[in-house]
Amino acid sequence: MAERNNGKDERPLVFTNARVVDPSRNLDAPGAVIVADRRIVAAGPEAARPAGAEVIDCGGAIVAPGLVDMRVFVGEPGGEHRETFASAGRAAAAGGVTSIVMMPDTDPVIDDVALVDFIGRRARDETGVRVHPMAALTRGLEGREMTEFGLLREAGAVGFTDGRHTVTSAALMRRALTYARDFDALIMHHAADPTLVGNGVMNEGEVATRLGLSGIPKEAEIIVLERDIRLAALTRGRYHAAQISCAESLDIIRRAKDRGLAVTCGVSINHLTLNENDIGPYRTFFKLSPPLRHEDDRLAMVAGLADGTIDVIVSSHDPQDVDTKRHPFAEAADGTVGLETMLAAALRLVHSGDVDFVTLFRALSTRPAELLGLEVGRLAPGAPADLILLDPDVPWVLEDAEALLSRSKNTPFEGARFEGRVLRTLVAGRTVYAYAPA
Amino acid sequence: MNVPPPPKPVAFPHRHLLGIEGLSPEEIVTLLDLAEEAVAVNRQIEKKKSVLRGRTQINLFFESSTRTQSSFELAGKRLGADVMNMAVAQSSVKKGETLIDTAITLNAMRPDILVVRHHAAGAVELLSQKVSCSVINAGDGAHEHPTQALLDALTIRRHKGNIAGLTVAICGDIAHSRVARSNILLLNALGARVRVIGPSTLLPSGIERLGVEVFRDMRKGLAGADIVMMLRLQRERMEGSFVPSVREYFHFFGLDAEKLAFAKPDALVMHPGPMNRGVEIDSAIADGTQSLIREQVEMGVAVRMAVLEALSAHLPND
Repeated sequence: MAERNNGKDERPLVFTNARVVDPSRNLDAPGAVIVADRRIVAAGPEAARPAGAEVIDCGGAIVAPGLVDMRVFVGEPGGEHRETFASAGRAAAAGGVTSIVMMPDTDPVIDDVALVDFIGRRARDETGVRVHPMAALTRGLEGREMTEFGLLREAGAVGFTDGRHTVTSAALMRRALTYARDFDALIMHHAADPTLVGNGVMNEGEVATRLGLSGIPKEAEIIVLERDIRLAALTRGRYHAAQISCAESLDIIRRAKDRGLAVTCGVSINHLTLNENDIGPYRTFFKLSPPLRHEDDRLAMVAGLADGTIDVIVSSHDPQDVDTKRHPFAEAADGTVGLETMLAAALRLVHSGDVDFVTLFRALSTRPAELLGLEVGRLAPGAPADLILLDPDVPWVLEDAEALLSRSKNTPFEGARFEGRVLRTLVAGRTVYAYAPA
Repeated sequence: MNVPPPPKPVAFPHRHLLGIEGLSPEEIVTLLDLAEEAVAVNRQIEKKKSVLRGRTQINLFFESSTRTQSSFELAGKRLGADVMNMAVAQSSVKKGETLIDTAITLNAMRPDILVVRHHAAGAVELLSQKVSCSVINAGDGAHEHPTQALLDALTIRRHKGNIAGLTVAICGDIAHSRVARSNILLLNALGARVRVIGPSTLLPSGIERLGVEVFRDMRKGLAGADIVMMLRLQRERMEGSFVPSVREYFHFFGLDAEKLAFAKPDALVMHPGPMNRGVEIDSAIADGTQSLIREQVEMGVAVRMAVLEALSAHLPND
């Protein structure tokens, strides 16, 4: 990570002529951002520049906090052919993501202090972006015994989750939420009842029936979510639904928040911008868990983001290669890559007028940082200088998935038209990505 | 070698037959008319034609099938093709070679036509994207089985004269049936009224959106039907997972004389085979005067000849 560099001898940086977006202060205004000693000195109206500063004229482009992506699968360790820290880090930096929260579904599983420690060291050596592991909620992701929440948290785990897996035992979930409270630890859960998912591979309904594919009912998500929220009420633990996919789930979260429970939720960029019809002729890059739902559900997700019911947008970056994706739909693995395209895809919601920049960056950066207890995700004075320079309007087309920096190319956005591109990404004041036009 | 006569031009613009979806009513009728000619040929002593002389047809079956595979084999041979059967056991594929690897390997052997059956919906279409020959879907998962729907339509047309205006009741395991999907598409395209009948656990979500009337009571569903099309219920689905028992299923959804009496007096009974006698259909009905089940098999060969002939117009000639 950049902190190991001695930032003292780096010149201060001034981003002038910028549009400063900082959700932590509800700020979206023209101005400047001053960075010194790896931290934000000032972000707001143009102020006196420190002597000897390097001045960057933003030409009206946005300066915003770097993205904090709460749900990223990295292949390393165990699946380096799909993704390494180095390749994930390059993809993240190009997409404006400055903090990756890594899921514990690795081989071996991150369920032990030594693994958390290994991830920390390995990531520091390999990439310029920050990597925070979430540790497994249960040993081996097997859903039977809790992991050592206290020790893992001390070692640097920012939360606890069974990643792609759902904890089916209500008793275990209750104990986990109860015990996690003693460490103020966040429990993040993938809500999908495995018995209702069964052999389902896409959203249940007309499209699945036409394609002759087994459906996954919304109730697979809703029932687990309802259960978890009752347990969150019982235990007063901090519960975060990793990614919801349907309108009914949003109502459930809304009611829980109205009751004052410590319940939050995320949504993947895919569920905000795509729906089940995008699967078309059995395109496996659109095979996800939870599955892409109906357009009405997508619209509900967008509304939930706009009204604040949805706290966090994640990429759910899940690199898969031809070995796992080039199969008949029902036999292909779930998941898409997303680190590089999350922000560009999310900007569609701004361009369509559904959300403003402050709302968008709150969900992409500020809110996830708060939930995880990280001091990034804001441009307030004193905060780490993790920020991006973004031209929100420049049009571009993802012509060829092979151009992605991620080692795996399973993107649902090949051929997609975007508006908005990251020009520069900084972590702790150090540039980890700069856009170079071809 | 003499140059074979140029194939008769046919109004069938597709290189593959992947499903009924995407075919216009006119194209379906073209195939049925071609099949009608093939029926006549098949009833002669001299059954050989030369449309596919010199061509190689590979039957690639990832799921075992006696009836469909032999029907395609015979159809190819009667048109003069060299036919090779490849039974790919599911297990050996799962061990290593992916479907796409298999497709690329086969493609290198330069076949002209691949006839493919696979247990996964969409697998045949995926394969068709990776090969340079014509591909015929002989059944992909619960998606489509177009030649079955065509042979059913041919059988119906020969008895009723027309498809339009008929009421066709499709009964049984709709959820897992590619035969049902292809038939719903084809019969709707040709103007029939289509009903589906089955227990709710075997009716897929949103089926009514495919242009069918849905019945859970067989007697009501059969009332006034011209055609009763029974579907096979797989054994693993009738012992507690989708229906509680064979006994209960037959009681409510098995076709017997008492239930058939609710259909029109001249109603005809069909089944794609292989039948579970006493599970979805009573033996007396299967072998009775209203049954077209054996004729369906004969029409199967004719329809597959028609499809092969229609596709042959698009095979490369250099």
